[in-house]
Amino acid sequence: MRRGLGQRGLRRVAALLADIGDGARLYGRYIALSIRAQMQYRASFIMLAVGHFLSTGIEFLGIWALFARFGDLKGWSLPEVSLFYGLVNVSFALAEAAARGFDTFDGLIRSGDFDRLLLRPRSIALQMAGRELQLMRIGRFFQGLVVLAWGAAALGLPWTVDRIAIALGAIVGGAFVFAGLFVLQATLCFWTVESIEIINTTTYGGVETAQFPLTIYRDWFRRFFTYLVPLASVTYFPILAILGRDDPLGTPHLFQALAPLAGPLFFAATLQAWRFGVRHYHSTGS
Amino acid sequence: MSAYVALFKARLQMGLQYRAAALAGLGTQLFWGIIRLMIFEAFFRSSAAPQPITYQQTVDYLWLTQALLLILPMRLEGEIQQMIRTGAVAYELARPTDLYWFWFFRSGAGRTAALALRAAPLYLLAWLFLGLKAPPSWASAGAFLLSLACASALGCALATLMTISLLWTVSGEGISRLLNLLAYVFSGSVVPLPFYPAWAQRALAFLPFGGLMDTPFRIYSGHIPPEEALGAIGHQIVWTVALILLGRWILGRGLRRLTVQGG
Repeated sequence: MRRGLGQRGLRRVAALLADIGDGARLYGRYIALSIRAQMQYRASFIMLAVGHFLSTGIEFLGIWALFARFGDLKGWSLPEVSLFYGLVNVSFALAEAAARGFDTFDGLIRSGDFDRLLLRPRSIALQMAGRELQLMRIGRFFQGLVVLAWGAAALGLPWTVDRIAIALGAIVGGAFVFAGLFVLQATLCFWTVESIEIINTTTYGGVETAQFPLTIYRDWFRRFFTYLVPLASVTYFPILAILGRDDPLGTPHLFQALAPLAGPLFFAATLQAWRFGVRHYHSTGS
Repeated sequence: MSAYVALFKARLQMGLQYRAAALAGLGTQLFWGIIRLMIFEAFFRSSAAPQPITYQQTVDYLWLTQALLLILPMRLEGEIQQMIRTGAVAYELARPTDLYWFWFFRSGAGRTAALALRAAPLYLLAWLFLGLKAPPSWASAGAFLLSLACASALGCALATLMTISLLWTVSGEGISRLLNLLAYVFSGSVVPLPFYPAWAQRALAFLPFGGLMDTPFRIYSGHIPPEEALGAIGHQIVWTVALILLGRWILGRGLRRLTVQGG
């Protein structure tokens, strides 16, 4: 009897794992297809990526000019701020590329094409994520990486295993937070039909904000990007841990290093909201 | 001339229809302005060294940037791009009007409508609640309005240049993206121009892009005193005329080699 239960449990776990593996394989197919399609226009892709690299990198020119004038920013130096800047841009580029399908969701809902997704016997979120992987975002990715590397080199940080682990955690966690915001943006479309620009304040606005240490902002604003949108836990806290700086807010080192876990949690929460939205979906027809 | 006036009016009315979009944009713009304001506030608190522009002047500059962001030639004319791709541009050529001015006023009207819808409410909110001050004198205010008018003419000239470059479809898009980027940085919308290093100031003052934002905004806050404003406005006018002439010349060349794709 007890053995039978154990076996049944095992079988259920095995089925779940098979499901996940299956989903991953399907997602891989979607992505491969999307990449192949974009590579048909190679020159256009290169131009777009380079343009993206320049147009996002130009922001750093402004930050550099301000540091040249003011010297420091409330005790933070330019190389330190570069870590913030680089990290958040790399994270955002990953999310922008991977969650593009959610970002352009309003078109899908207005045309009524979303109904087609509902008919397929696969997870809707998976199909949405697999709609497109935008390769040109590699431009922002690389400019963030360059700034990040420069900042680390200028600070003379030794790249120990735990530093690399925290940095990677922060990048992935950050990508989850931004992807979650794109999912929320799409979820709102179930009710508004039109994509509402106001979410941009947390996505693009979030990038702009998290390019600097959150302590430079007013309290209400910092709290917004700490508790409501957990950007602080994927930028500010892990970077403190990487720098080995004491937090004026008094958080312990271990918390700072583990804070990026908030990213996947936030993402999971937004997926719940998404499922709720799907259940309340009324087709626009056409 | 009356044809252009009619065109301007029609496009203006069309643009004024999108009030909800403008309102939604307003919230975003406001939020963005608050972020930037806090960043500059933190910088000013970090250093007691004298800066090339005062804190209050910077605040004015930042809010005017948010209110008047659409003065920049940011977006390509999607409709004209489509026309060139489908070959419908041939109809544009058949019109008994000058194509350059036709496109100039067409983009001008669209831009003015979008600008007006966003600028006035944002200006008012920033002035009431968010630290934007009125100009220090009537002379500054008057010079600002004059300079602002020149800035929108300059913006139209640049936007039309970008439209014209679309005649060379693929490479044209690259050129207009580049122009767009230059205008974005060197107009002062990323960081007010006075903050750039001293050695760059001469080049920045020479380029046309400062005339889009930096010139009117600095006149507004009195950073450029009224007695020097006329020179700065002259700089805007000279560049506007030069870019219009350049645009007309390029358009002429483009039309000579234009083969309309049928379809």
